[in-house]
Amino acid sequence: MASAPHPWLNPAVTVGGLVPLVSLAVQGPLGGLGSNAIEAALNYTGLSALVLLVASLACTPLRFVTGWTWPARVRRTLGLLAFTYASAHALTYVVLDQGLSGSALLESLGERPFIFVGFAALMAMVPLAVTSTNAWVRRLGFPRWQRLHRLAYVAGVLGVVHFAWRVKKDLTEPMLYGAVLAVLFALRVGEAMRKRRARAAAAARNPA
Amino acid sequence: MRDDKPPGSDITPESLYLRRRELLKNAGLFLGTAAGVAGGLLLLTGRRLGSSKSDVPDAGAVAQPVVKAAGEFDTLEPRTPYEDVTTYNNFYELGLDKADPARLAHLLKPRPWTVTLDGEVHEPRTVDIDQLLSWFPPEERVYRMRCVEGWSMVIPWMGFPLAALLAKVKPTSHARYVSFTTLMDPEQLPGQKRAVLDWPYTEGLRLDEALHPLTFMAMGLYGRQLPAQNGAPLRLVVPWKYGFKGGKSIVRISLTRTQPFTTWNLAAPEEYGFYANVNPAVPHPRWSQATERRIGDLGRRPTLPFNGYAEQVAHLYAGMDLRKNY
Repeated sequence: MASAPHPWLNPAVTVGGLVPLVSLAVQGPLGGLGSNAIEAALNYTGLSALVLLVASLACTPLRFVTGWTWPARVRRTLGLLAFTYASAHALTYVVLDQGLSGSALLESLGERPFIFVGFAALMAMVPLAVTSTNAWVRRLGFPRWQRLHRLAYVAGVLGVVHFAWRVKKDLTEPMLYGAVLAVLFALRVGEAMRKRRARAAAAARNPA
Repeated sequence: MRDDKPPGSDITPESLYLRRRELLKNAGLFLGTAAGVAGGLLLLTGRRLGSSKSDVPDAGAVAQPVVKAAGEFDTLEPRTPYEDVTTYNNFYELGLDKADPARLAHLLKPRPWTVTLDGEVHEPRTVDIDQLLSWFPPEERVYRMRCVEGWSMVIPWMGFPLAALLAKVKPTSHARYVSFTTLMDPEQLPGQKRAVLDWPYTEGLRLDEALHPLTFMAMGLYGRQLPAQNGAPLRLVVPWKYGFKGGKSIVRISLTRTQPFTTWNLAAPEEYGFYANVNPAVPHPRWSQATERRIGDLGRRPTLPFNGYAEQVAHLYAGMDLRKNY
């Protein structure tokens, strides 16, 4: 394998991405999270998961727009960080907020759509995290692997819906993330259409 | 003895010199990138890490609270610390985040201040806040407060029963409801510059609820003047209802014939009813009301019907379907 031109890049993103989570884990027990530490931890891990997921989804469109190759190199790291924060978010809810009470959790999932949507977003990320290794790319074959990983967009949309449902009144911030997702998606659709036109043009020039 | 030439052993071979430069460069890029990622994440999400308790504004002590044995309405449960009561607030006029109200409290000037008492009363009037407060000897009430979001506190309020104030203006026989209006001034309450809710904030009670001895007008807490983030200089406290019923920074109290509009009920009627009685059996679409977290606790505790005041107030709702009249 050719050596990566930026050997520091992925370690740096991993460490930088985990620093806030570690600081949260340290600050929580020390009382540094304000009056309602569990609520603060939930808000923080949830929003971080969404930010990192959107960042991972931005890598490919960013490459289309700029021609840079480094964004594609950090995409997997960002996605795994998003999954880490989403898991921390869910664990905080299940263990700390609901005290591992099975009945309260079932009631949450059954009666509160916003909890269900958040749960669905996490579940959509599980197969992506599992198949994030190179071995899985080979095993599935790249086209199938790529199709599976479009679930990341589903997780992103569910994450935005979960966030929008959570806020009591002001929808500005969830709308902002929704708009970013829409732009990223539009860039991908545009790129796909450009490629198809290019293929069609090539086929027209070289009729079989 | 000096020698201008360093010994040969000190000269770094060029290849190693270049590798070291590359290592240093990579270490710098590593640190810069890591700091950038961590900083970026914190920038986008960090303000959700909660309030800082270090900058609690001191509203200044008022006359020492009347030291007394727990009264008939006082809970004996441990009081929520002053820092938490004054830094964890929902007061959308001072910001949507719970840390915002304490941060922006300095913008609200609780003096001079007047309160208008009008509507279905025999003696309508507009009075200066200090004159109004001089009418009533301050009383302390230690009440539970339950927020619709599923957290609760125990707060020692200073103030007087609303019934005493209503007696001053003599409701007419047509009066059936009481409406409370918060100050409308986007300079003092910058949250009003954004139409998050229909400003000014209004709340309302049925007259019998307003006259109930538990219904309280607070002008202080913990023996100090009410801080702005808690609704200075005068706020409503109805301990058996969700916290949002307690209008803050009140400038007008009107008695009405018909049920007044209330802000949250207008904004989302399916989520926020006019009554808003604490009721563990009726969930909010997003929050179970069966349990609550007392601020400072790790676990949750069961929520009591009418927030534990059922014995005193349940009769007010005899015959009503509290699932419909939530």
